[in-house]
Amino acid sequence: MAEASTRETYGKTLAELGRENEDIVVLDADLSPSTMTSFFAREFPGRFFDCGLQEQNMIGIAAGLAASGKLVFVSSFAIFVSCRCFDQLRLCLSQPRLNVKIVATHGGITVGEDGSSHHAIEDLALFCALPGFTVIVPADAVETAAAVRQAARDYGPFCIRLSRPKTPVVYSEDYQFTSGRAVTMRQGKDATIIAAGIMVAKALEAADVLARQNIDCRVVNMHTLKPLDETAIVKAASETGAIVVTEEHLAQGGLGSRVAQVVAREEPVPMGFVNLGDSYASSGKADELLQRCGLTARDVEEAVRSTLKRK
Amino acid sequence: MARRLRRHVITMTATAGSGHPGGSLSAADIITVLYFKVLRYKSENPQWSDRDRFILSKGHAAPILYAALAEAGYFSVSELATLRKLDSRLQGHADSKFTPGVEMSAGSLGMGLSFAVGVGLAARLNSKTYRTYALLSDGECEEGQTWEAALSAAHFKLDNLAAIVDYNGIQLSGWTRDIMNLEPFSQKWQAFGWHTIDIDGHDLGQILSAFQAAEEIRSRPTVIVAHTIKGKGVSFMENNVAFHGKAPTQQEAERALKELE
Repeated sequence: MAEASTRETYGKTLAELGRENEDIVVLDADLSPSTMTSFFAREFPGRFFDCGLQEQNMIGIAAGLAASGKLVFVSSFAIFVSCRCFDQLRLCLSQPRLNVKIVATHGGITVGEDGSSHHAIEDLALFCALPGFTVIVPADAVETAAAVRQAARDYGPFCIRLSRPKTPVVYSEDYQFTSGRAVTMRQGKDATIIAAGIMVAKALEAADVLARQNIDCRVVNMHTLKPLDETAIVKAASETGAIVVTEEHLAQGGLGSRVAQVVAREEPVPMGFVNLGDSYASSGKADELLQRCGLTARDVEEAVRSTLKRK
Repeated sequence: MARRLRRHVITMTATAGSGHPGGSLSAADIITVLYFKVLRYKSENPQWSDRDRFILSKGHAAPILYAALAEAGYFSVSELATLRKLDSRLQGHADSKFTPGVEMSAGSLGMGLSFAVGVGLAARLNSKTYRTYALLSDGECEEGQTWEAALSAAHFKLDNLAAIVDYNGIQLSGWTRDIMNLEPFSQKWQAFGWHTIDIDGHDLGQILSAFQAAEEIRSRPTVIVAHTIKGKGVSFMENNVAFHGKAPTQQEAERALKELE
């Protein structure tokens, strides 16, 4: 599969949006060359503010700009813009429901060598805990561009979580994205794999292998963690009778927890989970860490098989 | 007017049975000058785009802000009696979702100056001439974010922004000098690149002059360090730590109102 950088796509899309909408203002916290807001900064220096190493202040500034009618994009690494700023996100953005778009790059353990201090694996639980936030984890660069554009169109606080490394491209350029509406990537009747972000490509890979063993898996890209596409989940549960959820996040509070809540309430079926459990990772190459932490296509495959035994 | 606002604060918090009267009373004169001498606003159109912005960062002083907003015509004075009650627009801490005229939701301290920096930057981007005022408590200057915001306001040369610190010297559990000393205080702001003006925060003339002087300062923000007395105007509340976060009883309220006649 071809690969492309989601953050580079974000940066270029943001610059395009800057040409289309004069009200867009972008804030960054000394990470512009990495978050790729640098494209926007170069083209629109008057509408770009580097807030330095002041993430909490940056969220407050974003709120003040948004309350004054600006459409504000805020970027930093996922770890800093979630954990460090939670109180600010809550009081300044979520409670007044301001029009601020957090684009958090460097999510998950695939940040790699920088180690566990830089691995945002609690971020989705935190963002999903905030009322009014739309939380999106795009599967690839094509979906990233579409999600960023939709965030610019729709009023309200958004979090879009991207990755450091390049991500396999799973969509063609004509892909139609709607936030909150899951995408069935592959039909199947024996079980459903629900995935987000980098795990979508791995879910597809697992489904291919399982197909050769006569296990017919549906694969659903649940790009929007909040609001969740409950209809797609209930359909998957009732039509396939088993669900495996996979994500680059701790077990608690992310996609797995959220899907399980719907399944338990609406259509209980056996479930499996492929995630980071309840522990931190370490330094290493992204692929090495994914292997070590059990986030490979093979891990997804095994989870499907073991979940099917409980069907 | 300042006396009238103080009377509202006493009545509101006594009726609610909870709240923070001390920090409302210390800010009463500052708020009076702002709302009735300085700020440009249209109470019938709270979202008027050219209005001056007043940001209450010390969100627990909501009663004094509500009193001023009512007297300024944003809503009726009778609504003040609903403070902190279920379904009231007057929340325990200032909340922009509920109350016309409240620019920012506050209550977790140290965030208002950051918000004000954003509002000031927006004025510049939109070529607006409105001014932005943020009222901070001295206690919340213990929060690191306040100093992040102070750095950034000076960095962005926001001369359309003025911060006012209600320096009453008392926080919830005691004197700031004992809990987390802020001194030398004005010098800190100066070192952060701000123009500073120290005043008696209960002298209406000094307060007004300070705001007028701040408007003349170019290329940097101004902080007005208003030396105040917590609980000002009510003898048994003045400099009394207990009334930071405790409402007066009905009896205490009656005594207080008598003093404020």
